[in-house]
Order: sequence, then structure tokens, then C-alpha cells
Amino acid sequence: MALSLATASFVIERDPARCIACQVCVRQCANDVHFYDADDDTVRAHDQSCVGCHRCVTLCPTQALSVRLNPLEYRPHANWGPDILRNIYKQAETGGMLLTGMGDDQPQRIYWDHMVLNASQVTNPSIDPVREPMELKTYLGAKPERLEIDDHGDGLTLRTELTPQLELDIPIMFSAMSYGSISFNACESLARAATEAGTYYNTGEGGLHPALYQYGERTIAQVASGRFGVHLDYLNAAAALEIKIGQGAKPGIGGHLPGEKVTLDISRTRMIPQGTDALSPAPHHDIYSIEDLRQLIYAIKEATHYTKPVSVKVAAVHNIAPIASGIVRAGADIVAIDGLRGGTGAAPTMVRNNVGIPIELAIAAVDARLRSEGIRHRASLVAAGSMRCSADVVKAIALGADAVYIATSALVAMGCHLCQHCYTGKCNWGIATQDPYLTKRLNPNIGAQRLANLLRAWSLEIKEMMGGMGVNSIESLRGNRDHLRGLGLNQVELDALGIKAAGM
Amino acid sequence: MDRILDQVTRPQAAITETVVDCLGRHYREVNQELRRLVDDGAHRLRLTHVAGQRYLGTNLQRPVQITIEGVPGNDLGAFMDGPRIRVLDDAQDGCGNTMNSGVLVIHGSAGDILGHSMRGGAIYVRDDVGYRVGIHMKEYGDTLPVIVIGGTAQHFLGEYMAGGVLIVLGRRLPPGAMHPSRYIGAGMHGGVIYMAGKVNETFLGKEVAVTALSDVDRETVEGHVAAYAQAMGMDLEPLLARPFVKIYPKTARPYGRLYAY
Ligand code: SF4
Ligand code: SF4
Repeated sequence: MALSLATASFVIERDPARCIACQVCVRQCANDVHFYDADDDTVRAHDQSCVGCHRCVTLCPTQALSVRLNPLEYRPHANWGPDILRNIYKQAETGGMLLTGMGDDQPQRIYWDHMVLNASQVTNPSIDPVREPMELKTYLGAKPERLEIDDHGDGLTLRTELTPQLELDIPIMFSAMSYGSISFNACESLARAATEAGTYYNTGEGGLHPALYQYGERTIAQVASGRFGVHLDYLNAAAALEIKIGQGAKPGIGGHLPGEKVTLDISRTRMIPQGTDALSPAPHHDIYSIEDLRQLIYAIKEATHYTKPVSVKVAAVHNIAPIASGIVRAGADIVAIDGLRGGTGAAPTMVRNNVGIPIELAIAAVDARLRSEGIRHRASLVAAGSMRCSADVVKAIALGADAVYIATSALVAMGCHLCQHCYTGKCNWGIATQDPYLTKRLNPNIGAQRLANLLRAWSLEIKEMMGGMGVNSIESLRGNRDHLRGLGLNQVELDALGIKAAGM
Repeated sequence: MDRILDQVTRPQAAITETVVDCLGRHYREVNQELRRLVDDGAHRLRLTHVAGQRYLGTNLQRPVQITIEGVPGNDLGAFMDGPRIRVLDDAQDGCGNTMNSGVLVIHGSAGDILGHSMRGGAIYVRDDVGYRVGIHMKEYGDTLPVIVIGGTAQHFLGEYMAGGVLIVLGRRLPPGAMHPSRYIGAGMHGGVIYMAGKVNETFLGKEVAVTALSDVDRETVEGHVAAYAQAMGMDLEPLLARPFVKIYPKTARPYGRLYAY
């Protein structure tokens, strides 16, 4: 290999007083950072290959390791930071687009951190969620304009035909991650945790593995531009279908699973030959307008006999409000919107960091638009794109979302350390990889348990915050922006979010 | 192949045909009735006065035979898995969208994106088709999607094609005329296209190459065209009279070397 001008991002520090040369780190690192030098009976490291995933640090039995940012300091330049230089060196060496994984890592404003929640004091009592019932149940799907009820004298019956709904015990679902982008064990962990917690997980665009059909009633199955694995049994196995138009990490561009990652098992699930590139083109070939979108929504409804809600997922982009309005008018039961900071298994770095808008602004704009058009009830709104904690979820719902999708948080619960190298297929945590040596590191029993724990913990916190606001049902929090105040935001931002400044 | 032939041509006189009049009816109602009839054991259905009703045959997961009188609407046989549909007229856009198995025979012309992401089964069109036909069709396991077009096709034929066989017979092209389709096989990375008559090589997508047919190719073409002729009730010989060319992807990985790893 020619000399690379790109210096290492990290340095490995090994405390010789602690290291017993057991070589655990050598075996654990799929990036071949650690190696054993038999001459010296010493373990050494190639710092250059380290991605900062901390697998070795976590597993070293003597805590001999630490991984630091490379202290090599470039001459300070506010414009030309070290990452920018490294990127240019890399591109000059390869001539390729920069690839990355996970969500936007740039210091764009995170609006969640500039909004604070309300609590009851004196004039209306807060509620103790431990003592009093607190309702988190959420139904996703179109709601009727009004209910017509027949009175027979001896009882009432509902005349209005209700459309199918998803029933969530907690307004948090697992967002789309395909088998292919993540391991089978990770998919199974998500499916089982969703079942246990009374919520849903999403297949992504990779089809549904036969072993996961048993979790069908907790599954949202995607129909994406590549139509991988999409057939009638798949559509009918799921609880809801989601047409994937876009993704927050890479709005407007497609994706592809390179042939080397299309293993036998993945080829079965995607229904393509082993070893071929699985290309997901940017647009659906049959969707060029809202009318075309309607056509696909109704094709799916026809195929599933109108028994399942159909969601349409889009990335949050500049004109998201009218786009969402069009989606609702096209007949979607759920509109899922994924913001700028949403994660991915692989995206061009420039797209990930520069295309789209933060989800906070998108929820506010869409909820306001749908209300002003009198069509907010015709679809549920699911927000995605970096919900890092339960407070983010509460704020998303107060801004107007019905529920949220989480993906990065779920991966972190399973052990992900945000190294952003998912696209290499060498995830040392057994998540974003298909290498059997690595995937067995994630035990689905433990993965499912950790995910269920996370959802339980967040639901306790959500109830606590709701109780403090004097709200005993998530329904009363939804779109209730009076519970939010802005901190350190300018008037334009406050107006875009539809909230008042703190102190007002 | 024999199986498909058999499916299309098996004499079914003994089986009663149920007539469904579609005059002025919404597709949802028509499809519901078809589903009920098929659930009740109907094997042969004849739809009369069809005028633009969408999604016909979409949700019937049985090898039922359907004859359509009139012009069916978009997404005829979307996600289709099993039925054999014969359209006695033209068809619109999206025929056989993401179709899994079954046969669509169209005794006329059809619109755009016919066979989009089709994974198995066969679509036979007597006359011409619109844009982006066979887009992203793919094969899997022992299923091989086949499209045979009697006439010619518009631009972006076989775009993103990942598998299957696409045959264009050019029946109605004037002698010596070229196929009008530009960007044939753009982004194609699997499967094969056979075209009878002249193809302007400057019209090809940059991911494909063109060559003469090998013996194996010839056999493939003859097999599929024989099935087509039988389904259409045409003589086979004139369909094979013109020389064919084969259009195939230069690489199965057209998107390699895009990224800085
Ligand atoms: S795992 Fe820890 S103790 Fe074992 S060789 Fe690596 S640094 Fe040394
Ligand atoms: S999933 Fe794995 S590869 Fe991706 S960021 Fe997390 S630890 Fe790194």
C-alpha cells in the first residue's frame, strides 16, 4: 500500500504494567489494530486502523488499554480542521466519495437542547405516576372525522367504519434497519424487544427473514425502491407497511448493498442472487407525483385487503410541510419523517452532513400545516432522526408527533459505540456486520433484554415528566406546545417551532 | 417453460366461467368481488366492460384464469402471485408491478414501467410498450421473469435490470427501421435483453454491450418466443425470422469504485 498522508484518528495506549499479552484485543479487533509480536512476547498496535469502537478497551481483562484522539495537533486553522484535511488526503488517494455510517456528526444546532418542559406548581396539581394511572397507549392510523353511532334502544353500535390502527403500549418504535445493514441477531433482538414491549420494529428495505415471520404482528415491513423481498406473503405477514421514499441521513439518494455483503441468507431474504449488488435507486420507478404515490399506497392496500395501515417515510427537507400534506392526501395512514441527524448504515458523508433539516423543525412545520388544512386526523405523524433520550421523545410529542422511531439509541443499547464505520461491515459489536465471527458477539437474548430495558426506562421517565406537567395521558400532551419553551433561540426559530421563549 | 405453456394454453372448457360486469364500478368493489369469487372456488373469470379499474388480479394468490374485456387500469397484476390474466385490449401503466408469478397476456399495447421489479412469471404483449419497461426486474432462485414484447419499446428499456429475460420482437417496425428506444439497459447489472431487428448502438446505456446470439441464446429465445406465439395464437416462424442481437451488462457491479474506503 502506498504511504497514506492521512494520519491516524486515534492512538492506542497500552499500559505495559497491566498488559499480560493475553491477545484478547488481537482476537476482538476486526480492523486488525492489535497484533502479537512473538519475538518480544508483546502485543502492539497499528493505530492507523483504529476506528474508536472501544471493543478492545471494554474486553481487556486487565484494563490495560485506552484509546485517545490522536494528539497530533495540526497548526490551528478555524477553516481547515484536521477532519477536513484527512478527508482530502483520503479522496486524493482513492478518487472516491467519502462514506460514513450513523447520523450527522457536525455541530449543527440540536433544538431538543434548546427546549425546556413545563411542570405544575400550585395552581394545578402534578400527578404521581407510581400511584396513579398514566396512559401511554398510542394508536397509529387514520382517525375518522366523526363517529356515527346507531342507537338500537337496547344498545349502541358504531356505524362508522374504522380504518386499521397500530396499537402501541409506548409511543416509541424501532426505526427501519434492514437485515444486511445489521446482523440477523440484531434484527431478532429488535423483533423480540418490540414484541415484549408492545411496540413495533421495522424491517427496513431488506425483506423479512423466514425466522422472523413469527414476530409479524409486531413488524412494520418496508416497500422501498428496490422492492427487495417484497411479495404478497411479506406484505401480509406484517402489521403495517411502510413505503420508504427517503431517509434523513441521505435524502434524495438511493443506496446499495455491495455484492460481497449479499450472503446466502441475505440473498434469500432480499430474493436476489447471492453476491449481486442490491441497488436501491433514489426514486421509486413508479412514483413521480402525489398521484403515483397514491397508486402505490392503494396497490398495497388492495394487496393486503385494507387490513393494514400504510405508512410513507420521507426525509425532512425544505418543503416538508406541503410534502407531508400531499402524502396525507395520497391516502397514507401514517407519515414518518426522518430528520437531518437520522442514522444510516452507509451514506456519503457530504450528503449525511449537509442535506435535510432537523426533525424538531419538521415536526413543528408538518403538524401546523396539517392542522391548518384540517387533515391532521387523517394520518398519524411519526418522528425520527435522533431521539437520544426520553426527554427528546416527550418534546417531539409536545411538538406534534404521535410517536417516534428510534434506531441509533437502540443500537447503542445493544452495544454500538458510534464509531461511524458501519459501512465497512466490520462492526466489532456484532451489529453492522454479516461476518459470523463478529455477529455471534451479539446474543439475541441479551440484545432483546437490553432493548426492552431501555424502553421500560424511557417509559418510566416519560410518565414522570408527564406527571410533573399534570398530564395523565399522552393524548393530552400531543401537539401541546404550551408545555414547551425555547432557551437561547431567536424569534425566527421560536416561530418555526411554534413555541414561546422561556420566561414568556 | 412447459409449465408456462401449459398454464396459458390448457383447454379449460370443462370449467365454468364466471362473468363479472365491471361497468361503472370502482376498483375496490370489483377486486373485492373477485377475491370473494376466488375464495369460493372460481377458476375462470371473465371481466366485462373494464374501463380503467386498477390493481386487477393483485390480491388473488391462486392460479385463477381471468379474461379482461376492455382496458384495465394501472398496476394490473401488481404483486401478482399465481393468476393468469388475458387482456383482450390495450393495458395501461405498471402492468405486473413487483409480480412474483403468473402470466399476463396483453392482446394490444401496454404503457410504462411494465414488469417493474418483477421477480417471476411471464408478461406477453402483442404490440408496443411505453417507457422504462422491465425496469429493475430480477431473478431469484428458480424463478426467472420473462417479458416478450411483440412490437417495440420506448426509452430506458431494461433500466437497472438485475435479472430475467426481456425480448423485443419488433413485429410492427417497418423493414429496416431501428428500435426507437434510447438508453437501453441503462444501469443494467443482470439478466439479458434480446432484440430482433436493428438496434442503434449509440442508443445503448453505457453499462451494456451488444453481441450476436450463441446457440444457448438462440435456444432461450426460441423457447420463450414459442410460448409467446402460443399464448398469442400466432405463427412462430415469422416471429423468429429477423436476426436478433443480445444486450447484456458489462459488469454485475456497475457501482464499484464509487467510494473512498
Ligand atoms: S486485551 Fe488487554 S491484556 Fe490482553 S493483550 Fe490486549 S491490551 Fe494486553
Ligand atoms: S453499529 Fe457497529 S460499526 Fe456502526 S457505529 Fe455502532 S459500533 Fe460502529
